[in-house]
Amino acid sequence: MAGVREIRRRIRSVSNMQQITKAMKMVAAAKLRRAQEKVVASRPYAQQIQNVLARLAQVQAQVQTEEAHPLLTKRPVKKIGYVLITADAGLCGGYNSNLIRLARGLVEEQAEQEVALLTVGRKGSDYFVRRQVEILSRFTGLGDSPDFNQARKIASEIIGLYTAGELDEVYLIYSKFISALTQQPTVAKLLPIEPSTEKAEGEYIFDPSPEQLLEQLLPSYIESQVFSALLESKASEMGARMTAMDSATENAKEMIDKLTLAMNRARQAAITTEISEIVGGAAALE
Amino acid sequence: MAGTFNFNVVAPDGQVFNKEVEFVVVPGVTGEIGILPNHAPLVAGLGIGVIRYKDEGVDKKIAISGGFMEVANNKVTVLAKTAEKAEDIDVERAKAAKERAEKRLQERKPETDVVRAQIALQRALVRLKAAE
Repeated sequence: MAGVREIRRRIRSVSNMQQITKAMKMVAAAKLRRAQEKVVASRPYAQQIQNVLARLAQVQAQVQTEEAHPLLTKRPVKKIGYVLITADAGLCGGYNSNLIRLARGLVEEQAEQEVALLTVGRKGSDYFVRRQVEILSRFTGLGDSPDFNQARKIASEIIGLYTAGELDEVYLIYSKFISALTQQPTVAKLLPIEPSTEKAEGEYIFDPSPEQLLEQLLPSYIESQVFSALLESKASEMGARMTAMDSATENAKEMIDKLTLAMNRARQAAITTEISEIVGGAAALE
Repeated sequence: MAGTFNFNVVAPDGQVFNKEVEFVVVPGVTGEIGILPNHAPLVAGLGIGVIRYKDEGVDKKIAISGGFMEVANNKVTVLAKTAEKAEDIDVERAKAAKERAEKRLQERKPETDVVRAQIALQRALVRLKAAE
């Protein structure tokens, strides 16, 4: 049995750890709330842009005279791009590894096509850099609240690669925020765009022409998709971190309880030994 | 008065405005577009400029930097890249941005992105105009 002093030292170190995890949990909870608000705030825009896109796409489909916009055109798939969104930091439970596992599965699955990655966040790029997977671009240091300009930068990189013919299909791998306890790693197709074919009523007037509008709308649509994914991922990360730190705090508490028990037992044992030594010594004198 | 219609302005980071109004003028890419109640369905591209609207008889302004507008079923939705209500605009910041952009345009250093500076200048001017 370990000595009382050693056990006491361990209790102190565990309780220091507990303080840290508790603080991290509280910070994550505060950030989660902010991230969640941002997710909710961004939804109307994402929804509306989808509606407008559906209207325009419908008109385009009806006309069918000219070639469709390049971002809408399907072409034979030679190379697939995955945009992997992970966190910059760890200590958030299975959040990063779940996303990385999903991405690895997808990358290994593709036997016929070439695959390349674009990574957002340090964890994903760190993992795949060590493996033979091509990483076309890397974005790190997005901070705790991604803004639209960051999404725009990422989107323009993606669009550039796609229109240059470098990539023939682009998917987003991100974590969908369901609740603080549940995050769902998700794959969503980004390019070519497949607009929903929800039917619109009434004849629309377009100003300028539908083609010109699409020209502007499609990049905005991609930006909005990327932005939503960034926000959802950030909220998920904070949720995952909060849960992980909560259970770490819980575990630390359990450990302290166990160690305290062991310490008391050790102390008692020491006292008992001492007494029996004294008694034994006294008995020997008689 | 022909009544009112729902006017909704959303930007990527949230809803800016959502209310019943009587009249709206938006900066379309092909010129200003005025919307009254019961307008025909319309999808339009918007440039950098000022949206003016009439809310209970009072004229108000919103500065936007490009985007789209959809009109359908007596509902006007503006999707703006950025949108700021006139009363929320930081005049000092807009002035500083304007001066910065002007300076960049005047100096014309080789590394200056002229188009970007021009757009920045335009945005600053629009915000100042809306804040007046």
